[in-house]
Amino acid sequence: MLFTIFAVLTVAGAVAAMSFRNLVHSVLALMVSFCGLAAVYLLLGAQFVGLAQVLVYVGAVAILIVFAILFTREPSGKIQSIVSPSWAASGVVVLAVFGVLAWAVLHSSATQSGAVAPVDTSMQAIGKALMVQFAIPLEIVGLLLTVALIGAVTIAVHEKREVR
Amino acid sequence: MGEAADQFFVRLQHWLVGHVPVSLQPIVSSLLGVVAILTVFAGLFAVTTVLERKGLGRIQNRYGPNRVGPFGFLQPIADGIKSLTKEDVVPHAADRAVHFLAPLVLVLAAFSLYAVLPIGRNMVLANLDAGVLFFFAVSSVMELAIFMAGWSSRNKYSLLGAMRAIAQMVSYEVPLILASVAVVMVSGSLSTVAIVERQAGYTGILPHWFVFTPWGFAGFVIFVVAATAESNRSPFDLPEGESEIIAGYYTEYSGFKFALFFLGEYLGLFAISGLGITLFLGGWGAPLSVLSWVPSYLWFFAKLLAMIAMFIWIRGTLPRLRMDQLMNFAWKFMLPMALLNLITAGVWCFFSQQGVLRWLVCGVLVVVPYVLLSRSLMQGLKLKKRVYRFAE
Repeated sequence: MLFTIFAVLTVAGAVAAMSFRNLVHSVLALMVSFCGLAAVYLLLGAQFVGLAQVLVYVGAVAILIVFAILFTREPSGKIQSIVSPSWAASGVVVLAVFGVLAWAVLHSSATQSGAVAPVDTSMQAIGKALMVQFAIPLEIVGLLLTVALIGAVTIAVHEKREVR
Repeated sequence: MGEAADQFFVRLQHWLVGHVPVSLQPIVSSLLGVVAILTVFAGLFAVTTVLERKGLGRIQNRYGPNRVGPFGFLQPIADGIKSLTKEDVVPHAADRAVHFLAPLVLVLAAFSLYAVLPIGRNMVLANLDAGVLFFFAVSSVMELAIFMAGWSSRNKYSLLGAMRAIAQMVSYEVPLILASVAVVMVSGSLSTVAIVERQAGYTGILPHWFVFTPWGFAGFVIFVVAATAESNRSPFDLPEGESEIIAGYYTEYSGFKFALFFLGEYLGLFAISGLGITLFLGGWGAPLSVLSWVPSYLWFFAKLLAMIAMFIWIRGTLPRLRMDQLMNFAWKFMLPMALLNLITAGVWCFFSQQGVLRWLVCGVLVVVPYVLLSRSLMQGLKLKKRVYRFAE
């Protein structure tokens, strides 16, 4: 029953994010949807993923999207229609993507076999796996983040010199 | 006797829950914990408002509020009545839904932070395996609430204050989390209960708190400075700078919503102090082993009150930092120091035998970079001896 509540919350948040006219309202509805997803992760017992979802998405990505909106658009927003002129073509694309995703999920190993051997998903196990088995991907992700940080600083420094 | 007083509230909870049918017992047990947290910390908020005003008053050579009740200690009641009966003004152009939700989200996030703090022995609401991660995840929701408040007011000063507050909170989250990661590394667990239990021993009569180690002391200082910035308290309160942009992101709030913002900010302060106590000051442990007979929750609240007193003292003493000074401080000083603190904690664990050598090595690893970094960062400023015009 708890799963139903959180699933409804997630889907309602996503639908609301698509249907609000005001962009910032859409972002906030999307964040509600992400919180619903985090609750689903916690229900499944994946503590790290659920809490990291809140920390990264609601904490950082929301602020990122909001800054991007504020820097590129009128915040008080002209009322835009939520149905675009090319709704037929985009409807076909949406249905095609949904079909592919549904096929992939239904034919994946998650729904095929019977009982799967339970994997230890405690924090200790995740930490050990990150340090031993997935050490190289961890380092590559760190490198990627460093590159992004250096890029952001380079752009900001360049802008400051232009303003002066 | 000591044990009975220590476990009094736990036994009271068990007794109350025993009256309820078995299927409802987990929910009622959690509800009782939630009610206790709500009453205790809201009461602490009320007491802190008057303590802060009187403390600041004495630092500034004046009395604080002294009209309501003996020495002004019933002032929170007067404040509460005022905020409840004031007219709730919402600007015409403001976004009503988001304007209404912002203080709610802030207070919700602030109250959720207490779920993972161990207030006493066996007294934690939710013994999560990833308690510290939960704490930081929920405190990042508070930043979103501040943005909602600043944006929905449709006031350029509110928006500016909100943007500055978010930039500050995001920048200072990095040294805050890195200082906590050093503690997590040494304790081997993200669970707050496990971290407190790691600090529970005594050598002689001195405790094993992490603050009494070189890396722990540096980490605690970093944590406290970053916590002051996270809670938007002076000297980092430019986003709500009263003399600059009126009240920053809560300019357009009046009456009860303003009181809710106030409540949310102070609750965030208590929660982050509580986390600092859990990570560095040994949680509910007594400072000397001869004092272990005092109940554990009394030690937690004593340490919390000491930290609140320190925050009030700092607020009354130091001038406000400018925005660029604030950001420079976070990224150029706090972040390198927090990273070096991680290395020092690792070196401390490497020298796992007790001895003077590891104290010496870790002490040098903490003090020398601090002196070198601060000297090099102050090179550009031309600081002369300070001359006071009216106080000589």
